[in-house]
Amino acid sequence: MDLEKFKVHGEPLIYGAMISIALATIGILVGLTYFKKWGYLWREWLTTVDHKKIGVMYILAALLMLFRGGVDAMMMRLQTAAPEMKFLDAQHYNEVFTTHGLIMILFMAMPFIIGLMNVIVPLQIGARDVAFPRLNAVSFWLFFFGAMLLNISFVIGGSPDAGWSAYFPLASLEFSPTVGNNYYSLALQISGIGTLITGVNFIVTILKMRAPGMKLMKMPMFTWSVLITNVIIVFAFPVLTVALALMMFDRLFGSQFFTMANGGMDMLWANLFWVWGHPEVYIVILPAFGIYSEIIATFSKKNLYGYTSMVFSMLIISLLSFLVWAHHFYTMGQGAMVNSFFSITTMAIAVPTGVKIFNWLFTLRKGRITFTTPMLYTLAFIPIFTIGGVTGVMLAMASADYQYHNTMFLVAHFHYVLIPGAVFAVIAGFHYWFPKVFGFRLNERLGKHSFWWIVISFNVTFFPLFFLGLMGMTRRMYTYSEESGFGPLNMLSFAGAVGLAIGFVLLVYNIYWSTRYMPRDTTSDPWDGRTLEWATHSPMPVYNFAVVPKVTTMDAFWNAKQNKTPLFEDKITKIHMPSNTGKPFILGVIFFFLGFFLVFSMWIPAIVAGVGVLIMLAAMSFDRDHGYYISVDEVMATEKKLMRGETV
Amino acid sequence: MMKQLFPIRHVMGYLASLVLSAAALIVIYGDLSKGANMAVLLVTAIIQASLQLFVFMHIGESADTKKELYINIAYALFVGLVTIYGTLYIFVWGWYA
Repeated sequence: MDLEKFKVHGEPLIYGAMISIALATIGILVGLTYFKKWGYLWREWLTTVDHKKIGVMYILAALLMLFRGGVDAMMMRLQTAAPEMKFLDAQHYNEVFTTHGLIMILFMAMPFIIGLMNVIVPLQIGARDVAFPRLNAVSFWLFFFGAMLLNISFVIGGSPDAGWSAYFPLASLEFSPTVGNNYYSLALQISGIGTLITGVNFIVTILKMRAPGMKLMKMPMFTWSVLITNVIIVFAFPVLTVALALMMFDRLFGSQFFTMANGGMDMLWANLFWVWGHPEVYIVILPAFGIYSEIIATFSKKNLYGYTSMVFSMLIISLLSFLVWAHHFYTMGQGAMVNSFFSITTMAIAVPTGVKIFNWLFTLRKGRITFTTPMLYTLAFIPIFTIGGVTGVMLAMASADYQYHNTMFLVAHFHYVLIPGAVFAVIAGFHYWFPKVFGFRLNERLGKHSFWWIVISFNVTFFPLFFLGLMGMTRRMYTYSEESGFGPLNMLSFAGAVGLAIGFVLLVYNIYWSTRYMPRDTTSDPWDGRTLEWATHSPMPVYNFAVVPKVTTMDAFWNAKQNKTPLFEDKITKIHMPSNTGKPFILGVIFFFLGFFLVFSMWIPAIVAGVGVLIMLAAMSFDRDHGYYISVDEVMATEKKLMRGETV
Repeated sequence: MMKQLFPIRHVMGYLASLVLSAAALIVIYGDLSKGANMAVLLVTAIIQASLQLFVFMHIGESADTKKELYINIAYALFVGLVTIYGTLYIFVWGWYA
């Protein structure tokens, strides 16, 4: 075997990364052994099927990936801060912008949103867990090991370097002979299967496990957005699965699906990628709309304006999201008729999105608004996202797009959509639901400090890119000459990036500070909430609700508080819960090795790992574990303890 | 006892879908006319799809979720047809010539 291909050469930065990864791994292993936490880790986290813990793990992984992707972003901004910079070479720059895109979309935004839906959706619908708790664990571990596989590419073998969209023919074996794009196809495939399973799981959960009386049109808006998102996941991800499989065949087994010779068609990759890729944008943005809807209603002390139109605009967005993909490649060579068609469908999406924006504004109107940290993010989202939307309509005009295509204008546009649309939302949701999970709030003062750093620096970073794009700077160029005149605005953008980094460090410091010093929230309802998740204790017991709530109206908890009607009428009975299992974790580990061996075309170990996957699947299919019951006495004891404010 | 434990229906369904996939290969290895090829593909595809729906996806069961099931199938058809005909529209019918 040739060890040479595992090595990545040249850059002191890469050696630094190798050493820090090695040190961090050793540190974690030594720490776990020293504090005797191995058993705790295995029992409480690695084998858990509890939706809350899985959600927390998703969010932790997303925060880690946010910093990995953030460091990538800082390196790019530093490299382009001044003309002729020598910080990164061209190859390294290519790897950094590719992994930045992949990590931020697939391993930061997606898991953060899936984490929030894991924690909140079962609580909002009054359920005790998701429909398939074990599959939920499988989802998480497949996502996690897919993400790890992509991350080790940086130090073992080299990262993918053909952009996050990996267009052929550049991503083909002929033009990208390193293993980088093998990592791309396999890491995304493994985590994509996890996402697909999540999609099925949550559709079933929301359709079948709602508390009695909660009709579809009485569901909280976040749950609605999650339902629609998961429907999009189930229909969009199979396209990615197929495209990635074809890519893997091309790169590993010499098939010719996307090559330019032998009847292959390189453009078909771009086509399939965006058939998935455009709905993917709505997969990360619709739950964000749901989060904002909850936050605006709560902090305006009003029910959401135009509930029905909110639901229908999301349904229309989900349908239209499948009809616009060609706007990502207007310049590829299709005729004016095709481009006009996709122009019109793209602009049509602005209509339901506009409906939502106006609904939020009308919810604010005459509301009693409190400016908490989550609310500030929400209020900042509305104007900033609108700038992103308006520039989106500019890009949607096919003839004008020939000017903007692949310039920094586009880069500015999608950051203006995705950062307020997804990142602000998950941070707002994180602040909003933090007390639900941990029983204390994050510090408001620190939260507002980091909010202002993030919002102002975001605009300083990305607004100059609009002008750079119009001046003719294309995306993904690793350096430029002084005569181009791109220098000053790029320097300004770098200054903004530093400010963003400070904002995110403050956010993490806030988590640390609040964990140590914030007082416990004794009310379980710190924000005067409206929906069912606030009707149980914070942090909630393993069974969520001692008694399943009976719902009669929308905003059930709010109405119960206002009209003094009881939500929980039934007597406590014994509660059926799923038992923990280590199999999903083991399956994830085997998938990781399968992916790794395939990346390096090590066939014998890959076959062994593949057989291992099949054995694990069989073992999980024939597992006859029907869960366990929590007795009435035990539930009563737990409830008593929680009432006194003790943790369980 | 064995009869209860062994999922004969599913195994038969699985074997049938393998046979149907193999039968469709006649289009490549056989020497039929274009019309006959399309007929073979159409017939095997329809049987294959209904096999999936009835044996593995339990479309015949549980009357209370009928509505959701049919909405789902309609949506899947919509996405599938849009993807296929959209791709043909971009690369064949609407290609710049």
